Amino acid sequence: MVRPGTGAGPGSQPHILPWLRVSQDSDRPPLSLESEKDQTGGVGATTYQGAKLALLAAELSALLGPNAVITDRQRLRTYECDGLAQHRVVPGLVALPESAEQIAAVVRACAAQSVPFVARGSGTGLSGGALPHTEGVLIVTSRMRRILEVDPANERAIVEPGVINLDVTKAAEPYGWYFAPDPSSQQVCSVGGNVAENSGGAHCLKYGFTTHHVLGVEVVTPDGELVWLGGTTRDVPGYDLLGTFIGSEGTLGIATKIVVRLTRAPESVRCLLAAFPGVDEAGAAVSAIIADGVTPAAIEMMDALAIEAAEAAVACGYPEGAGAVLIVELDGPAAEVEHTFAAVRRHCTAAGAFEIRVARDADERARFWKGRKSAFAAVGRISPDYIVQDGVIPRTVLPDVLRRITELSAGTGVRVANVFHAGDGNLHPLVLFDEAKPGEAQAAEEVSGAILDLCISYGGSITGEHGVGVDKACHMPRMFSTDDLDTMQRLRRAFDPAGICNPGKVFPTPRLCGEVPGKRKGVHPLQAAGLAEQF
Amino acid sequence: MTAGAFDNHHPPAAELIKDCVHCGFCLPSCPTYVLWGEEMDSPRGRIQLMKAGIEGEPLSESMVGHFDACLGCMACVPACPSGVQYGTLIADTRAQVERRYERPLRQRLLREAIFRLFPYPRRLRVLRGPLVLYQRSGLSRWLRRTKLLDRLPATLRVMESLIPTLTRRQELPVWVPARGQRRAVVGMLTGCVQDALFPEVNAATARVLAGEGCAVVIPRGQGCCGALSQHSGREDEAITFARALIDCFDAAGVDYIVVNAAGCGSAIKEYAHLLRDDNHYAERARAFVERTRDISELLVELGPVAPRHPLNITVAYHDACHLAHAQGIRSQPRELLRSIPGLTVTEIPEAHLCCGSAGIYNLLQPEPATELGDRKARNLLTTGASVLVTGNPGCSMQIAASARRLGHPLTVTHLASVLDASIRGVPL
Ligand SMILES: Cc1cc2nc3c(=O)[nH]c(=O)nc-3n(C[C@H](O)[C@H](O)[C@H](O)COP(=O)(O)OP(=O)(O)OC[C@H]3O[C@@H](n4cnc5c(N)ncnc54)[C@H](O)[C@@H]3O)c2cc1C
Ligand code: SF4
Ligand code: SF4
Repeated sequence: MVRPGTGAGPGSQPHILPWLRVSQDSDRPPLSLESEKDQTGGVGATTYQGAKLALLAAELSALLGPNAVITDRQRLRTYECDGLAQHRVVPGLVALPESAEQIAAVVRACAAQSVPFVARGSGTGLSGGALPHTEGVLIVTSRMRRILEVDPANERAIVEPGVINLDVTKAAEPYGWYFAPDPSSQQVCSVGGNVAENSGGAHCLKYGFTTHHVLGVEVVTPDGELVWLGGTTRDVPGYDLLGTFIGSEGTLGIATKIVVRLTRAPESVRCLLAAFPGVDEAGAAVSAIIADGVTPAAIEMMDALAIEAAEAAVACGYPEGAGAVLIVELDGPAAEVEHTFAAVRRHCTAAGAFEIRVARDADERARFWKGRKSAFAAVGRISPDYIVQDGVIPRTVLPDVLRRITELSAGTGVRVANVFHAGDGNLHPLVLFDEAKPGEAQAAEEVSGAILDLCISYGGSITGEHGVGVDKACHMPRMFSTDDLDTMQRLRRAFDPAGICNPGKVFPTPRLCGEVPGKRKGVHPLQAAGLAEQF
Repeated sequence: MTAGAFDNHHPPAAELIKDCVHCGFCLPSCPTYVLWGEEMDSPRGRIQLMKAGIEGEPLSESMVGHFDACLGCMACVPACPSGVQYGTLIADTRAQVERRYERPLRQRLLREAIFRLFPYPRRLRVLRGPLVLYQRSGLSRWLRRTKLLDRLPATLRVMESLIPTLTRRQELPVWVPARGQRRAVVGMLTGCVQDALFPEVNAATARVLAGEGCAVVIPRGQGCCGALSQHSGREDEAITFARALIDCFDAAGVDYIVVNAAGCGSAIKEYAHLLRDDNHYAERARAFVERTRDISELLVELGPVAPRHPLNITVAYHDACHLAHAQGIRSQPRELLRSIPGLTVTEIPEAHLCCGSAGIYNLLQPEPATELGDRKARNLLTTGASVLVTGNPGCSMQIAASARRLGHPLTVTHLASVLDASIRGVPL
């Protein structure tokens, strides 16, 4: 648990938030620690912070009406983490608004009191992006799930942020359209969360990430103003603020309406499942397919351990004895698909596939995908605990990196299951451990971190789609220079001068990451000049 | 571990709680999450509350409230890729709540009244007389017209709205011989609500079974299976009912125990867990579970022999939660319906969502139950089907009542009644 004043959060920069102006070197215990004690009593009024939150709770209740503000400690605890359960913080308050205006009002109330706030959609994030703030308000969009408009003629739909990704497709399907971003969590994750994380999915190889499918967002800025970024057309003049907002992990404001681009359902879809003796052969097939100039809608790979987990969970019936499987999907005009499909089969066979199954109908296709889509959660069947890692490498080095991961695993005795969007080099190693066994968690952490270092050393990135959140904030300096990071901070600051919008995420803070030598020494010149501040 | 919400007698198991990886995949399947959009009324949130309880949080009013709000529909179980055994967790939690938490007086009295009445077929049967009188005398219509009913407490109002039009109840014989070659000897559970309010479904079940070559044993004086008690955490009561039912059917010496009410079937299939600490019954309970089948399950297993006559109707099939989610029985009823010439089966949108009946949930939590019932009925009406088929008396009453309330009365019937009509060649 991140302690107030000692962990992520504005506590690390006392001068930003006046109410946290707690001299770190004074011998008085910081005020915020008092409220840590108060954690056992919910929003008590026994401390300055507690009193402040109690007042805010009353104000928000008046704004939102009954049953929309949670102050009860046990209820608050159900919001203490997102899909990354390793990090837990009990929020100060939870607000459940039902409209953009309500969100704006909540944010204004927070801004007036300099209280930090964090947006949350369905809480499936895997980097702790929606990790609450002990002294802040968690603004949850799960009651804002109206699809406001489906307009196939203009290839778009307008949705509220809490709408579930798959529900957009369900609404557009009758017209022959769909929403292309398809994270594996699409049955539950919210479009607002997709925007914040710039989520992708199996099909982003051909169709791109969320950012390619959003035309505009209505945003509540960190000072509580409602503004539109982008619009309802493909391009708008001026700076691409929409592009800046998408993928900002909830640090630049809260999306309250989203204009999504719809994609026409392809005329034809073909899907095959190819089983290989091992990941090397499967990797070679991927390279051959791409080198041939074919862009499948998706190429997904799973290794033996991941297959074992998926079998245990959903009995997907993949070919027995497979050391790796590829799921390759092609879509588009029927004639083109037929042609390229034959090429894909050829490349798979040439690379050593010992069995190729072609989905005969939508049901069988869904079965192929079921194993893949449930793979993360399914790993719970073969290991009590695991870390879902997310890294990117250039596709061409895939076999090398996999070999290095295997060596890492063999050297440390930590099992690693691999699932990945092979087409675009997005790896999801699943690092298995048992928390109950001493040392295993630590070893798994290390392997997981080493895999990220591997990705960086091969010219890749520390996250493909799950975001930085709190989880990878400390890895940022490995990828970016201090100047890079400070420039990003200036951008963030332009949106959120008070530093109250999802603070403590994305950027490393000394308290979150420890004082790693050489990382951040002293005050940056920009900061000294009053042009930028860290938070 | 005595501090916190739970005591040492089968608290929700930490190992089972740990299986939850917090992925949220179960959220959209959960009716209360769909209604309220808040974490603590989702499966993931409830599991989190159990965890908090184990870690020392007291069994507070709010915690109990969120457990009580759970319909026990088990939709979250098949939705979970990690195989979290939510059913076991909530059953153990409810038993703790019943033992360790004192509800407000009104709630206690209501529960007591329900549990003095429903699990007792004979007491329910006694009520039939006055109910028939109430329905036939015009009193019910008069009460509805004058809106006097609206003055009743919610629970009574709901109860009044649920009662189906009662048909004549014939006493079933103890032994119904198989037609043609005998393929199995089956014991039939007549149930409490099924027996009192839907006697025609039991009669149809016996005829269908006989027609398909089963000799049917219907032991007299069989009691309640304990489903309502079990699903409400009244562990001791449930155990007493379970033992008696096992004794009753073991004495009958049958190959299978056939159940035509989803709630009862799923409860019986939990007997092994329920009686796990009972030296005398644990093994017998396991064997009993092995032999228990829903009517649709058994008929598909045996395969049809009785010829079907055409029924030219379109029906919507409603998955009772305790069939589909709790017992995994989805394909069998549909397969049986499709085997009837002329009959078309349509699917209901949002099929996975509970209708709100959920045992006695609609009596204890009338508001969400009514909301879910109306949602189900509205979804159902979009199919255009004139007949609804389901495998649970609670669902039948709940959905029929909602459809009436929306001004679209429907024929709601049981799978057994449809098969019976087809086999006998009579209209439904
Ligand atoms: C099993 C599993 C599989 C997954 N597979 C994929 C995958 O294939 N691809 C992928 O990209 N991701 C995947 N994810 C990660 C996750 O589902 C996505 O990041 C998703 O977009 C998060 O949506 P959410 O609604 O759950 O957001 P949350 O977890 O609630 O929030 C995520 C972030 O978005 C911010 N946020 C939420 N709503 C808003 C808003 N309205 N305005 C501004 N900021 C907001 C939060 O502050 C937080 O920083 C997976 C997760 C799980 C558990
Ligand atoms: S789907 Fe299963 S693992 Fe995921 S949150 Fe729900 S119960 Fe937990
Ligand atoms: S049993 Fe039904 S109501 Fe209860 S948590 Fe699961 S899905 Fe929700």
